[in-house]
Amino acid sequence: MRIALFATCIVDAMYPSTARATVSILERLGHEVIFPGGQACCGQMHVNSGYFKEALPVVANHVKAFEADEYDVAVAPSGSCAASVKHQHPMVARRCGDAGLEARAAAVGHKTYELSQLLVDVLGVTDAAAQLGSYFPHRITYHPSCHGMRLLRLGDRQLDLLRSVGGIELAELPEAEQCCGFGGTFSMKNADVSSAMLADKTANICGTGADLCAGGDASCLMHIGGGLSRQGSGVTTMHFAEILASTFEDPAAVTGDVRLTTGRTAR
Amino acid sequence: MSGTFLGMPSLPVFGIGNLHEHEPFPKAAHRELGNTQLRANLGHATRTIRDKRLAVVSELPDWEELRDAGRAVKESVMARLPELLEQFEANFTARGGTIHWARDAGEANRIVASLIREQGADEVVKVKSMATQEIGLNEYLEEQGIAAFETDLAELIVQLDHDKPSHILVPAIHKNRTQVRDIFLREMEGVDPELTNEPARLAAAARAHLRRKFLSAKVAVSGANFALADSGTLAVVESEGNGRMCLTLPETLITVMGVEKLLPAWEDLEVFMQLLPRSSTGERMNPYTSLWTGVTPDDGPQNVHLVLLDNGRSAALADEMGRSALHCIRCSACMNVCPVYERTGGHAYGSTYPGPIGAILSPLLTGITAEENNSLPYASSLCGACYDACPVKINIPDILVHLRGEDVDSKRGKKKLPSQMDLGMKAASWALYSGKNLGLVEKALPLGRIAAGPDKKITKLPGIAAGWTQSRDIPAPPGQSFRQWWNKEHQAPAGPAAAGTDVPGAEPAGPKENP
Ligand code: SF4
Repeated sequence: MRIALFATCIVDAMYPSTARATVSILERLGHEVIFPGGQACCGQMHVNSGYFKEALPVVANHVKAFEADEYDVAVAPSGSCAASVKHQHPMVARRCGDAGLEARAAAVGHKTYELSQLLVDVLGVTDAAAQLGSYFPHRITYHPSCHGMRLLRLGDRQLDLLRSVGGIELAELPEAEQCCGFGGTFSMKNADVSSAMLADKTANICGTGADLCAGGDASCLMHIGGGLSRQGSGVTTMHFAEILASTFEDPAAVTGDVRLTTGRTAR
Repeated sequence: MSGTFLGMPSLPVFGIGNLHEHEPFPKAAHRELGNTQLRANLGHATRTIRDKRLAVVSELPDWEELRDAGRAVKESVMARLPELLEQFEANFTARGGTIHWARDAGEANRIVASLIREQGADEVVKVKSMATQEIGLNEYLEEQGIAAFETDLAELIVQLDHDKPSHILVPAIHKNRTQVRDIFLREMEGVDPELTNEPARLAAAARAHLRRKFLSAKVAVSGANFALADSGTLAVVESEGNGRMCLTLPETLITVMGVEKLLPAWEDLEVFMQLLPRSSTGERMNPYTSLWTGVTPDDGPQNVHLVLLDNGRSAALADEMGRSALHCIRCSACMNVCPVYERTGGHAYGSTYPGPIGAILSPLLTGITAEENNSLPYASSLCGACYDACPVKINIPDILVHLRGEDVDSKRGKKKLPSQMDLGMKAASWALYSGKNLGLVEKALPLGRIAAGPDKKITKLPGIAAGWTQSRDIPAPPGQSFRQWWNKEHQAPAGPAAAGTDVPGAEPAGPKENP
């Protein structure tokens, strides 16, 4: 299969190791990965903040970039960015009165998957240790991000994949389905409420005794990880793609609360 | 946005009354977050009711179908509201009731006061009602020299304390029982001075107090949960039985109801009587459901009135993206699952309608530019828990985003100086609208590493971004972006992504992270 990677802007710029891990996983399964070079961002920060007019060129760019290459499916290592491409893009085009773009956006959205969706539903991965050689000898917990859970209905896909990693120990996160408080510009506009939500999330994470909290959205992980780092908790966050990409020979490093960006070589 | 003709006076008439946030939500939230008693009570209460709701909802194999049915009925009501209202009016009038149309809160208040005065009464008993809170009826009646006594236990507590409800279903959720005892001792006439904070004793004290009012009042004022167009019937759903007393004992009954509460037919109650109790109190069935159709000779109130309230509902109905907010059956499930509400409580929203539904309904009824109501749609992380809980499937997150757009558009070209958020969004729009621009921005990533310093984290940012670093660090950016790494890896012209890549060059842009 020829798979187009939508890295998402935050992963591209801040967490390249997550995108590299995604490439590594897909190539291990024997697929060809391409990176449509015109891509930038899904535009959900603009949309969710009410800046529809400013979002339109961002949406148009994404559609153009993902029409430029031939591929079977596109994948994003992010629930909220995949949801934005699938649900918001046609809506933004419609709201701005561009019916042509609406149809094209819907077509791109139709071909776009969140990573765990692609792995489980399309590529048939059920046992990461056996099929990907995943090995990660750490005690972790897992936060299901809201958009993956409620907009994409990912269910336990990410968690099940993590469970099947060799050497891993999974601690259940109390009140896991409660939002971490990120919410894009909400974290700045309503910083007090966001911080109160974050405090409860980090307390629950620390209570599990895990070395790190895994998740499927870099933005939520940056928020949670930023809070854990500020509290000096020593607990860190990591995208599940990096855990799946980790092997016995080439393990992903967990290096305390500033591990936020220093990704390993994922190939 | 398309207009919908309602057969009522010139559109749109925005809502007035208790529908406003008086200070920006973040400011109100900041204050309420400091109230630890409130947070503890709310956290406990919402968690309990969340679990109860989930338990009774999971009993019904057709819960999702019920929600779909609820939404479909409400959609059809909104699509033919003028016709249904006329049908209801004809049936209600034929059974001896009198209908009054109120364009806004002011008109509704004046109608109710004059109806009470016609009876020569200077006090009324009240059934808990959102509509009368919305129009500020109690305060208006007080100005007119008429005393209104709330009979719902929690409403009574709030009223005696001269406070405001903080939850639409559990108005005194922010008070504990010792606080309640103190309020009773201070405000309740003839109360036993030895009153303790035991729930049973508190309830008995309230019962004795209310019984006197029920027996003496000549006029009752209520709201209504549903109105059935095919028979002209009104319905009140409640738990304590105080409503039943108000609806049956006094000679005159005045009901105030928003026009959106209509249902086409009796059969539709089947759907809503399954949805409402489970979603609100987490019960399979509520203890008291009272239905009345006009006047029944020699039985119950003989003088029956209904004030049909618009107060911004036509304006909300005219908003194609927002109108489904009118489907709300006031169950409060959305606030019980809302992480923002759970921490700030209802007072932070200013309006009678708090929580997720309040954050959309208040600005829809008043218009986005009224007072500080434009801050309400931002009072959400868009986690979507409210949409999942809503028994009539109102897509609250989408309407929040729609109203944010209305807010942004309402300010375009008006301000002397664009806000930091405006400027940030413009800059981000440029940076993110092509791979080339993002590639250029990413070349500056090493600068962030310098800013982060040796401990590889940024702990203080200026301006609106300071909100972020108030409780979170930002990691040092990586030495190279994914794009830069990819281009380096795939530099050979045969590389699958070579074509279409518009990132200029692929030279190293900083210290290599993983040599
Ligand atoms: S919006 Fe839905 S969940 Fe919230 S109170 Fe109304 S009906 Fe209930």
